[in-house]
Amino acid sequence: MINAVRGLLTLFAVSILVFSLARLTGDPIDVLAPVDISREDEAALRERWGLNGSIWEQYVSFVGNASQGDFGPSFKYPTETAASVIAERLPASISLGIVATVLTLVIGVPLGILSAVKRGSWLDRIAKGLALFGQSVPEFWLAIMLIWFVAVRWNVVPTSGISGWQSYILPSIVISVFGIAALLRLFRSAMLETLGSEYVKLARLKGLSEFKVVWKHALKPASIAPLTFFGGIAVRMLTGATVVEIVFAWPGVGYLAYEAANARDFPVVQALALFTAAVIIIMNLLIDITYAYVDPRVRLGQKAIA
Amino acid sequence: MSLDQPMGTVNDVPRTAPVLEVQDLRTYLYTRWGTTKAVDGVSFSLGSGETLGIVGESGSGKSMLALSLVRLTPEPAGKIVGGRVMLNGRNVLDLTDRQMREVRGKEISMILQDPQQSLNPVFSVGDQLAEAIRVHDRDLDDKLIHERSVDALKSVHVPAPERRLKNFPHQMSGGMKQRIVGAMAMAYQPQVLVADEPTTALDVTIQAQYLRLLKDLQERTGVAIIVITHDFGVIAETCDRVAVMYAGRFVEEGPVEQIFDHPRHPYTRALLESRPKVDLKSTRLQSIDGQPPSLIDLPIGCRFAARCAYAIERCLAEYPPWFEITEAHAAACWRSEEVPWPSP
Repeated sequence: MINAVRGLLTLFAVSILVFSLARLTGDPIDVLAPVDISREDEAALRERWGLNGSIWEQYVSFVGNASQGDFGPSFKYPTETAASVIAERLPASISLGIVATVLTLVIGVPLGILSAVKRGSWLDRIAKGLALFGQSVPEFWLAIMLIWFVAVRWNVVPTSGISGWQSYILPSIVISVFGIAALLRLFRSAMLETLGSEYVKLARLKGLSEFKVVWKHALKPASIAPLTFFGGIAVRMLTGATVVEIVFAWPGVGYLAYEAANARDFPVVQALALFTAAVIIIMNLLIDITYAYVDPRVRLGQKAIA
Repeated sequence: MSLDQPMGTVNDVPRTAPVLEVQDLRTYLYTRWGTTKAVDGVSFSLGSGETLGIVGESGSGKSMLALSLVRLTPEPAGKIVGGRVMLNGRNVLDLTDRQMREVRGKEISMILQDPQQSLNPVFSVGDQLAEAIRVHDRDLDDKLIHERSVDALKSVHVPAPERRLKNFPHQMSGGMKQRIVGAMAMAYQPQVLVADEPTTALDVTIQAQYLRLLKDLQERTGVAIIVITHDFGVIAETCDRVAVMYAGRFVEEGPVEQIFDHPRHPYTRALLESRPKVDLKSTRLQSIDGQPPSLIDLPIGCRFAARCAYAIERCLAEYPPWFEITEAHAAACWRSEEVPWPSP
């Protein structure tokens, strides 16, 4: 509850920031309207785009409309609203984000666990190498390399855009590499700690199988620390990975953000920033709820008895 | 008596047949600095209903000895390299991993040192207790497991057991947690219970309570208990016999009163003298000068000789065999028969 209120306050702060930052870049009329525009046309355009009145009036009407999902017309695509432009691009980003998130979890978590369990083995060495690579390789470079080898030279998958499920392969790999590396490393170190703990020793003393010892007693407490981090990368993946979308010409919101910023399409930029902030806030709330499930020590409303 | 004769065959209390017989057990730790001989030829035997105390300084190998009995020495450094651990007539060192898991909790259990650390913080007490009950009895339904869990908590005098089962470890005091660990260890009425410093982490008042609880469990079930400690007070309160461990080996073993009143190994005496006493005028605590030898590079002679006030040449040159003092009391000291040693 407190977290939800805090979330709303954050959203409010973000709206101020977004609104003022967008104004700092200059007057959109200068960029978008023809140089020889008539006075009447300019006034009409200002009226239509909500650029009339003082900066305060502009902000108040921005927030009022935004709370109803109306971010105004897009400057770049005059026939559409900012909201509809984003809605059109959102499915491409979210579907890619889901594929990348699943990939991250399915590869990163088990690899981290196994590399802790089989510490010092060849698997551990490969995993550690992968973690180092994944956290240090620049996304754009990896994307270009993959396009060059897998798409251009071997011609296995399309180079860019969306044309069938094959198109998802390269971008989702590039997006998830960092998350895989980070989760792998976090799970590995957390598992090493819990595997060496007294309660894992006690679990073994009870005669439990190694499977239960590792996947129940060591894993659950070890998943607390990586959880926070996972929230962060999930947001990044779901709200559109800008660099990757640009390199792969992926028609998602990440690419849209880049286009809109270039075109000073304020309403779209503002709507995107608020959308991203909202997703982050919602994700953090979800993570908080998951915390309470994983770690009984953070559950509210319970008092120690003894 | 010669060095390689196992101690248990001589000092066995003939009350009952031994449930646990350890012969020449050796556990080494292979580290990057060398091989640490943490347990280096330990023998003893334990009858049912009996309590053996193993006392020694930190680093004497007593905890490694305890872990060796259940084959849970730290991986991959720790290895049991020799000897036998006969439990109910079979050598547990020969068992497969699967067979060993059947033995743990059912025939031999262990209580760990720190109750704050030994329960998993993210599972309820009931869950962790049910696990200990289900593991050796897979056919039990949930209702029976619940009943048995409640009984197990009652057996260690936990008040309001039904409610406790739903609690998480962080909602309990250290003493309560250690009782629950005790209930888990005793869930299957094992023949041997190893308690590794069971009270070190508890408040003094709770300590005595817990030791009484162990005694109480022993009287009801006949479990043989090994208490590992550095505290002679705990030994005096709970044990029938005591073995003094130094640098990976036992140096003296015998009935508690005899060891307390007539120690025959200078190390035992030094340990007894270094206990804090309330009735003494001196405010300074006695300590033993010097450090225990490195377990990587051990001397050929007596391992205590370098710190011993009574050491003679032979002590440095030759490791002393066991000298029998009475039927149940023996010490590994060349001068054990010369007591009292001349005061320095």
